Amino acid sequence: MSISLNGPGLWYATRATGLVTLLLLTASVLLGVLTAGRFASDRWPRFLTVGLHRNLSLVVMVFLVLHVGTTVVDTYTSIPVTAAFIPFTASYKTGWLALGAVACDLMIALVVTSLVRNRLGHRTWRRIHWTAYACWPVALAHGLGAGTDRGTIWVFGITAICVCIVAAAATWRFVTGARAGAR
Amino acid sequence: MTAVALTSYRAPEMRLPRLLAGVSYYQAAGLAEHEQMYGPIPLPGRAGRPGRSGRQRPERFIDLVDRSGLTGRGGAGFPTGRKMRSVVAGQGRAVVVANGAEGEPASCKDRLLLTRVPHLVLDGITMAAHAVGADEACLVVHGQEVDLMAGLEDAVAEREAAGVDPVRIQVVGIPGRYVSSEQSSIVQYLNGGPGKPTFSPPRPHERGVKGRPTLVNNVETLAHLALIARFGDGWFRSIGLPSAPGSTLVTVGGAVARPGVYEIEMGTPIGQVVMLAGGPSERLQALLVGGYFGGWLPAEVAWPVPMTHAALKSVGGAMGAGMVIALPVTSCALAETARVVSYLAEETAAQCGPCMFGLPALADALIDLAWQGGRGRVIDQIATLIPLIEKRGACRHPDGATQLVRSALTAFAADARWHDQQGPCYGVRRAPLLPIPGDEEREWGWT
Amino acid sequence: MGLDVRYQLRVNPIACTGHGMCAELLPEIIELDPWGYPILAATPVPRNVMDHAKRAVDACPTLALLMEEVTGKHR
Repeated sequence: MSISLNGPGLWYATRATGLVTLLLLTASVLLGVLTAGRFASDRWPRFLTVGLHRNLSLVVMVFLVLHVGTTVVDTYTSIPVTAAFIPFTASYKTGWLALGAVACDLMIALVVTSLVRNRLGHRTWRRIHWTAYACWPVALAHGLGAGTDRGTIWVFGITAICVCIVAAAATWRFVTGARAGAR
Repeated sequence: MTAVALTSYRAPEMRLPRLLAGVSYYQAAGLAEHEQMYGPIPLPGRAGRPGRSGRQRPERFIDLVDRSGLTGRGGAGFPTGRKMRSVVAGQGRAVVVANGAEGEPASCKDRLLLTRVPHLVLDGITMAAHAVGADEACLVVHGQEVDLMAGLEDAVAEREAAGVDPVRIQVVGIPGRYVSSEQSSIVQYLNGGPGKPTFSPPRPHERGVKGRPTLVNNVETLAHLALIARFGDGWFRSIGLPSAPGSTLVTVGGAVARPGVYEIEMGTPIGQVVMLAGGPSERLQALLVGGYFGGWLPAEVAWPVPMTHAALKSVGGAMGAGMVIALPVTSCALAETARVVSYLAEETAAQCGPCMFGLPALADALIDLAWQGGRGRVIDQIATLIPLIEKRGACRHPDGATQLVRSALTAFAADARWHDQQGPCYGVRRAPLLPIPGDEEREWGWT
Repeated sequence: MGLDVRYQLRVNPIACTGHGMCAELLPEIIELDPWGYPILAATPVPRNVMDHAKRAVDACPTLALLMEEVTGKHR
């Protein structure tokens, strides 16, 4: 398929969808941690946490598709579609795109296993779902390495906020998990 | 122990003892003595090649078991023939598991059989394997019973040398925890997991060890099977009641002159069972029948009740695995119950919330009632807790505890009210009567 | 034929870790005990809350809530 599209529009779209994917993924990880940590308040029920977590993850997939799509279609850099799934098959920024491919594969595994959770059984699903703690940092590294906006203050700021959120969530999960285990 | 050393068992003239006929005070009966007492095992044809003729063809043997009316002696009292049929109906080759892991601290009948007449049990395993077409069989006991396991392995080796069993019987040690002797725990352990109960479905008879239909029977049930195979269903039914035929082993303990294991006809009144054990050593207030999954009955209520599952259920008790413990008037039943429930609370598998949290709460309430009380609200607390606990676990462990507590509050209602209003009675100072394993015996894991 | 089939909710007590989402989504027939674990009514699921029941089963994080057909024989 040879669509020759050029111009800055696609490049902006790639960067924008990439950033949004990262933001949504951060929110999803936060909500996932809150689900496991049984967060609830008078006005925030637990089913809301898990429901949002699942729906947001699906939206992440939508933006991921757009991000990969706009990258592949852009003829300024000839990146084959296989590079989105198989690491080290791109010639442009090979290493950083490889990280993106890994994150994409993990994301697909996480979503697909969650959709067929009933048939998979809880134990298997849970083991695979732990890889979400790997997916997020790999996606972040991909963004920092392959992204062309990392020098700007606002992107740096957004990235820093995402890191803080996930770090705080993971710490909270670890601390409350340890306390629950000692119960 | 009723031990009458006979040279051979002559059915049908002899009523009792049956299982305990060959029990010696000193040692286990070897294979030769066993065969002299009861005759050789009636497997048709050569070992490994069941013959086509004779009344012991597998389906005919299950019919025989059905007609004999044999029910499980492990506590549930389920008809053995029906259990065998459901295993045969399952998918895949069957596995036979003999449950000799006597988890109940107050019961010693299985231990008696395994240490004194092991070949009776092993015969039963072989007959059961023949009946359900099993090609694997194992006998499970608690892993810390090293001497017991060694003795059983010797007995199996003796049989192997003589070529008795077509299917090799494996002796397996399971974790020593209370719930590990439950049948789904045993199956999970044999499948490589921890010795904890599992959620059903599937039941062991559908999918058990290695995913195959598994027949799990108490060792006493299998011992009866060994004799039914030799002497027939008419012989088995010649004692006992039409609705509850045969003989059964009971462990009598507490305030009796001669505590121990006795073999009785099913349907023997409880009072007679106590007299068999030498009668009460002090004036009795109550009897605990059926062990820690059973129920308390006031002495005068229990005395005429026949030892059958149905009769005990109808008076609000349970037969369980045939234990009778006599409680004297000088003991406090609430204190004894509190100790037992504390033990049961520590022995949960910690898998199900209602049991894991409910039993300790129940134990605390009972301890309060027995040793403190006086504030008038503990009985209500207990009444609120019981429906939150029973039938909400994956196994019957919490149900056994709630049944015990319910029966205590019914049988000792006046005492409970007194404790609740006034405080402890003098009986709480008496040394504990009901046996509870010591701390050293409880340092076992689940694998 | 499909209209005659009734369903019953059952919880796998070993899988259940007391998240409590089922009670939030189906307060009509699920209540939580003092320790956070669900108490289910032993009756079949009423038709008017069937969708909510399905959602509760789907939401359970440990797949502990089960919807089973009510057959004559049970356990």
